Amino acid sequence: MRSAAEPATTELAARTRRKPQEPFRAPPAARRVLPRIVRPAALAVVGAGLWLLGRRLGYGAPEYLQLLVDGTVTGSVYGLVAVGFVVVYRVTGVINFAQGAFVMLGPMLTITFLGGIGVTGGVPLAAAAATAVVVTAGIAMAVHRFTLHPARQASALTRIIITVGVYISLQGLALRAWGPRPYVMPAFSTLQMEDRLLQVGGVVVQAQSLWVWAVGVVTVLGLILFFERTVAGKAMRACAVNRTAARLMGIRVDRMATLAFGLAGILGAVAGIVLAPSTRPTYDMGLELGLKGFVAAIAGGLTNLPGAVGGGLVLGILESLWAGVTVAGFKDLFAFVMLILLLLARPQGWLEAGHQ
Amino acid sequence: MTGEALLEVKGVTKAFDGLVALSNVSLQVRPGQIKGLIGPNGAGKTTLFNLIACCLAPTAGDIVFRGRSLVGLPPHRAAQLGIARTFQNVQVFPGMTVLEHVLVGLHRQARAGLLTAALHTVGVRRTELRLREQAEVLLDLLELTPWAGAPVEVLPFGLLRRVELARALAVQPKLLLLDEPGSGLNPTEKQAMSQLVRGLRDRGVTVFLVEHDMTMVMGLADEVAVLDHGALLCEGPPSKVQRDPRVVAAYLGEGDDA
Amino acid sequence: MTQPRWGPPWLAMAAVVAAVGVWELAQPGGLARLSRGLISTDLLIRTGLFTIVLVGLNLLMGYAGQASLGQAAFYGMGAFASAILTVRGRVLGIPQDLLAAWWWPWLVMGLAALAVGGFALVVGLAILRLRGHYLAMATLGLGIIVYIVLRENLGMPHLNLTGGFDGIVGVPRLRVGGAELWPVQVYYFVVWAVALTVVALGLGVVHSPVGRALRALHGSELATESVGVDVGRLKAKIFALSAALASVAGSLYAHFQAAVVPDTFGFVPSLELVVMSAVGGMSSIWGAPFGALTVLLLEQLLRTHVLGLLPAVSGELEPVVFGALLVVIMMFWPAGLVSSRKVQASPGSS
Repeated sequence: MRSAAEPATTELAARTRRKPQEPFRAPPAARRVLPRIVRPAALAVVGAGLWLLGRRLGYGAPEYLQLLVDGTVTGSVYGLVAVGFVVVYRVTGVINFAQGAFVMLGPMLTITFLGGIGVTGGVPLAAAAATAVVVTAGIAMAVHRFTLHPARQASALTRIIITVGVYISLQGLALRAWGPRPYVMPAFSTLQMEDRLLQVGGVVVQAQSLWVWAVGVVTVLGLILFFERTVAGKAMRACAVNRTAARLMGIRVDRMATLAFGLAGILGAVAGIVLAPSTRPTYDMGLELGLKGFVAAIAGGLTNLPGAVGGGLVLGILESLWAGVTVAGFKDLFAFVMLILLLLARPQGWLEAGHQ
Repeated sequence: MTGEALLEVKGVTKAFDGLVALSNVSLQVRPGQIKGLIGPNGAGKTTLFNLIACCLAPTAGDIVFRGRSLVGLPPHRAAQLGIARTFQNVQVFPGMTVLEHVLVGLHRQARAGLLTAALHTVGVRRTELRLREQAEVLLDLLELTPWAGAPVEVLPFGLLRRVELARALAVQPKLLLLDEPGSGLNPTEKQAMSQLVRGLRDRGVTVFLVEHDMTMVMGLADEVAVLDHGALLCEGPPSKVQRDPRVVAAYLGEGDDA
Repeated sequence: MTQPRWGPPWLAMAAVVAAVGVWELAQPGGLARLSRGLISTDLLIRTGLFTIVLVGLNLLMGYAGQASLGQAAFYGMGAFASAILTVRGRVLGIPQDLLAAWWWPWLVMGLAALAVGGFALVVGLAILRLRGHYLAMATLGLGIIVYIVLRENLGMPHLNLTGGFDGIVGVPRLRVGGAELWPVQVYYFVVWAVALTVVALGLGVVHSPVGRALRALHGSELATESVGVDVGRLKAKIFALSAALASVAGSLYAHFQAAVVPDTFGFVPSLELVVMSAVGGMSSIWGAPFGALTVLLLEQLLRTHVLGLLPAVSGELEPVVFGALLVVIMMFWPAGLVSSRKVQASPGSS
């Protein structure tokens, strides 16, 4: 994995780095050995703080339960996006900023395909969604093939800026294609704008939320099966562990990287599509969802699939609690503040933590 | 004995995520000596150097330099206190000339704040001229003058080791840590390097060095400490250490001395 | 006083800038007519403003090797500080005489730069410990946080200080004594006087021991620390400088545009700055004016010449072009960018 993150070495570097070194320097914060308890403890403190803020607003158990349930819905979406980050990062060593664009393309393409048919039933919706997922996966693979693959020798930072550029271009094209207005995606259960509301105890749940949970579970299970049971999945895992060894074993590492982008495209598109009925998709929805997915991925360790899902759920729940106690516009702040705090908690990065 | 030690490592243990790299190591470096540190690969030599240079903090134990504990200090503080170092895998600044490397070493004396630097005040320029003179003296000492204006990329490896040494000396160290100064050098260059290190000792710089080449270290060091598997195996004059059966055992089967 | 090495080119640049300004003053609009609407005083003022920001960004990214994908935030903080304290001063209880004084906006500009620089210093001490893409993501997050806070009225909607999405209109022109520094042809001189000063200061830093230390830490942080340089503080200081410069440019922008909206300082503008920096060449102070001018000209060319020829294309294609430009530059000319040297210089720690 480490070799993946390194750029083409100059002659000088090749001469000066002859053999792998023991880590000769830990960045400053690592000098203080952080016990493993810190992360859960910090999250608990944040949660308790939010809970107390809510108490001040007079929240009781039903309100908290409602916020919690709402949080798991958005959290599942964040988790799916986060898994997309993890899959790409493990195989290519790149933080794929364009992930957000895939999340946007899913629902926007679905709506476009539906527009051609007209909403008449569940079958067209499913067909449109499936087509959108496939097209997004294709776009994702093309992105890898034509931008990151040629630049595979470049440094990690150069490659992340490339993916940022790809994101901006895709969002710009989306603005061209669909304009700035929000769109409407029918709810899966009613096939209309209005969704069915289910009352469970004191908690109100949209029928769409059940779809989000179900699709989330099925997608992650499918992914796990793919990695455990298929040849391609095992090959990708091999690339994640050691690219050079994988190459020596005859695995086409570059193809696996393209495939990882395809998977990320599928995950992003699926996440966007299941979320769309309850949010009204726009051309720029990917920025927020992409970044929050990244935060979830970082929270989960960046190389760890269950961690990414867990990170997504935790982020979703905490954000929901935060949204319950703050002014509406500040809802999004939470994830970005958490991003910086999470990065600062382990300044040397999360990859190493996963591999030690 | 404690009173005269320049550097004192007291019962130092270092663990990386449970993996113990050094366990309860104690040793001393006295002023004016050349002390060698040897041991098989992975014995923890570089880890000990990084602890002394404050690039790492010990899990337990204390490191005292001129009566002052180094534990918890950032690396630049160690340098300011008089500990300079070179690196096993040479650390140079790509794109910068040999002279500039030495000038970076002298940076502490430049005393240029961001503002005075931006304004290019007379004071800054005057100091710069003085630093250049100092740098030229150092380049002369290390016989690097012909390459002063050359970017480091074009230099052969042997010279890069000397560039690092010049940069380290610019700090005007009391203690010089040399991490495998001979590695990557041919026999002639190694001899020249030994000569240089002896010359530095004669100028009052105390030297603590890690070296794989037994001939070089035994010929150079006044005293040698041996690490094996993170523990101090023995310590003493080269002649004694060479005959120590434990040292011989530790090195048996180790074929990478060259 | 000896003339610094960079003196003559700087004087030449100053002469060209002055000559263009005088010509525009004598013949307003002459430049636009000659270039068929491509170059205007407006465009040149923007070039000057971005030059100020980019000198700071190039010192940070090109010399010190620290990425910032949120630099527009500091630009925005300066702009909003100036706009709020000149337009909404009364809400904050600032006396009317003070607000009416000609020197008040200048004082605000200076204080804002200090405050933004101080803010960056504190933030920088923390986040500049991060490396490579982690630093990139953290600065990006920081930029978005600042953007949201500006957009959401600093969390105090009852005061309506930033004006939310719509921002603030009616920012006054700058004055000296009783004289207003306007029309644009006059303001051009104000902006470029600052920009040329900043270029000179940037060159001063680059050709000083500090510049040398910056390049050294770019090459190897480990080795730079080993000679006693407090790398963390140095990085934070250069981050603060770049933020303060961006703030000054933001203040000048507010008084130029007379209106500020948060969207000018969001995520995409931060990346536009990176594009300009990369186009001009990050490891060069001269790259700042060059990159700004090239990108702004390209934008203008797209707007007036290319897109005008395609009647079907009415929407904003700029982001697409920007994104594509960013991709192409990074794919084929990543040299000078931060990381290419950075990553290899710190093998063990990465």
